[in-house]
Amino acid sequence: MSQKRVIVTVIGEDRVGIIAAVTEVLAKYQVNILDISQTILQDFFTMMMIVDISKSTVSLQSLQDILKTLGDNIGMQIQAQHEDIFRFMHRI
Amino acid sequence: MALNYTAEEIMQTIRMVQSENLDIRTITMGISLRDCCHEDMTATARKIYDKICKKAEKLVATGEAISREYGIPIINKRISVTPISMIGESCLHGSYVELAAAMDKAAHETGVNFIGGFSALVHKGYTSGDRRLIEAIPQAMAETERVCSSVNIGTTKAGINMDAVCQMGQIIKQTAELTKDRDAIGCAKLVVFCNAPEDNPFMAGSFHGVGEPETVINVGVSGPGVVLAAIRNHPEWDFNTLASVIKRTAFKITRMGELVGREAGRRLDMPFGIVDLSLAPTPAIGDSVADILEAMGLERVGGHGTTAALAMLNDAVKKGGAMASSNVGGLSGAFIPVSEDAGMIRAVEEGALCLDKLEAMTCVCSVGLDMFAVPGDTTAEVISAIIADEAAIGMINKKTTAVRVLPVPGKKVGDQVEFGGLLGRAPIMPLHTYDPKIFVKRGGRIPAPICALTN
Repeated sequence: MSQKRVIVTVIGEDRVGIIAAVTEVLAKYQVNILDISQTILQDFFTMMMIVDISKSTVSLQSLQDILKTLGDNIGMQIQAQHEDIFRFMHRI
Repeated sequence: MALNYTAEEIMQTIRMVQSENLDIRTITMGISLRDCCHEDMTATARKIYDKICKKAEKLVATGEAISREYGIPIINKRISVTPISMIGESCLHGSYVELAAAMDKAAHETGVNFIGGFSALVHKGYTSGDRRLIEAIPQAMAETERVCSSVNIGTTKAGINMDAVCQMGQIIKQTAELTKDRDAIGCAKLVVFCNAPEDNPFMAGSFHGVGEPETVINVGVSGPGVVLAAIRNHPEWDFNTLASVIKRTAFKITRMGELVGREAGRRLDMPFGIVDLSLAPTPAIGDSVADILEAMGLERVGGHGTTAALAMLNDAVKKGGAMASSNVGGLSGAFIPVSEDAGMIRAVEEGALCLDKLEAMTCVCSVGLDMFAVPGDTTAEVISAIIADEAAIGMINKKTTAVRVLPVPGKKVGDQVEFGGLLGRAPIMPLHTYDPKIFVKRGGRIPAPICALTN
C-alpha cells in the first residue's frame, strides 16, 4: 500500500504537552505517525515526525494550515513538508 | 521503520530556507513560438498571446503548490519564448512593438512577473527581422512592463558583430532616454550577450533557443546566503577545505532545484530541461556574493585578490552543482550584478570596486557586467566599447558574457538610482571617457578567434 510521507517539525521552547497537542490533531485527521524523535538542538525543543497522509481526511495544504494555527496557539513553529525535500538534499 | 534523517539534517534544511535565504529563484517555462508566424502583424501578435496563455496557464499555480508542499520558496515564475525576431520576420508591415505588447499582455494574463525572448541573435549578421526587432527595442521596453529583451552580438565560433555592437550602444541610450522618468528602468530589461545560452532561466537574458523542445521547464536556484553561512568565521581553513565546503553546499542547493524542476515538469506534463545552479544574490542583507568573497578574507570586494576569490567560488559551485543534477545548463556560476547585491553596492559606494575590476571579475564569473549604472551623459560609443570589451572576454574564453548597463539620464557620479524589489539600487559608477568613436564605428566583424577552430 502506497504511502505519502510528510515530515512534521515542531520547534520552540520546551513545555508540557507539546507532543500531546500535535498528535491529537494528527489523529483527528487520520494522519498516521510512522516515526517520531525529539531532541534539544541549539537550546530549542525540536521534534520531528515522519507521518503518512495517504489516509488523511484533509489535503497536505489544509494540514499545513491546521498545524500552523496550532503552532501559533501553543507558541511553537510547526511545519509539514513533503519528505522528498529532505531526501533529495541529504540522500543520493 | 527508522527515521531516515538525523535531526541535524532536517534542521539544516529548515535553517537554509528560514535564515539563509535559500530559495528557488525561478521556474521558467520555455515555449516555442515557431508556429506563430503570419504575414499580418496583428494576427502574429494574437497567435503569440494565445499560445503563451494556453501553455503557461497553470505555471504560476503549479509553482505555488510545489512551493507550499515542499516548504521551499519559489520566488519567480517566468516564461521564455523563441527569439521574437524570427517570429515576426514574415510580417509584411507593422512594428515589432505590437508583438512585445502581446507578450506583456500574456505575462499579465498568466501571472508571471517577466517574459523573456524579445530577442535577436545577430552574432554573424542581421536578417530583416533582426533589424526590425532591434529598432523596436527602446519603444518596446518603454511601453511594456514585463517583457525582457536580449541581443546576442558575438560568439566564440562567429566572432563579434561590431555593427551590432555599435548599434546596441545607441539602442541602450535610446532605451534610457525613453524611460528617463523611471531612472532608465528599460535598460534593466535589456541585455547584450556574447555566447548567449539557449536554456538560461534567468532574466533579463532568458529566451527559448531554437534547438529547444516545444515546451520545457528550466529552474534557477539561488543561495549565496547558504554558502556564506557555511564558510563564514573560518579563517583557519585552507583553500582545499574552503572549496570542499562550497562544493558540498552547492550540491545541496542544486538538489533542491533538481527536485523542483522534475516535479514541475511532471505536473505540467512537459520535459524538465536544466537546473541553472547560479548563485544569484538579492539585495537582502546576507544574500550577497560579495559577502562570500569578503568572508574568504578580503577586506572589501574589489580589492586585489577579488578575482582569485571569485574564480575559486565559481568553480567550486559548478563542481558541486554538476554532481547534483542530471542536467545542468544556463549560466551556472556566481552572478555579480551590482544593484542586486548589498555587498557590491557598498563596495562601489566606498570606492573599493571600480568598473575595471568588475570587468576583470567577469572573466571568471558566470555572466558579465550586470546591473550597473553610469552617468547619463555617457556616449553611445563608450557604451558600445564597454560591450565590445566584455564580448571579447566571452569570445576568447569560450564563455557567456553580457552587459546590462543603465546610463541614467540626469545622473552623475555620486548619485544613485533606486529600483526597489529584486533590482535593488545602483550607485552611479565612474568610467573612462576617452573617445572610442573611430574604433566602434569601423563596422564589420571581429573575426572568430583561433580557439574556435576545434573541428
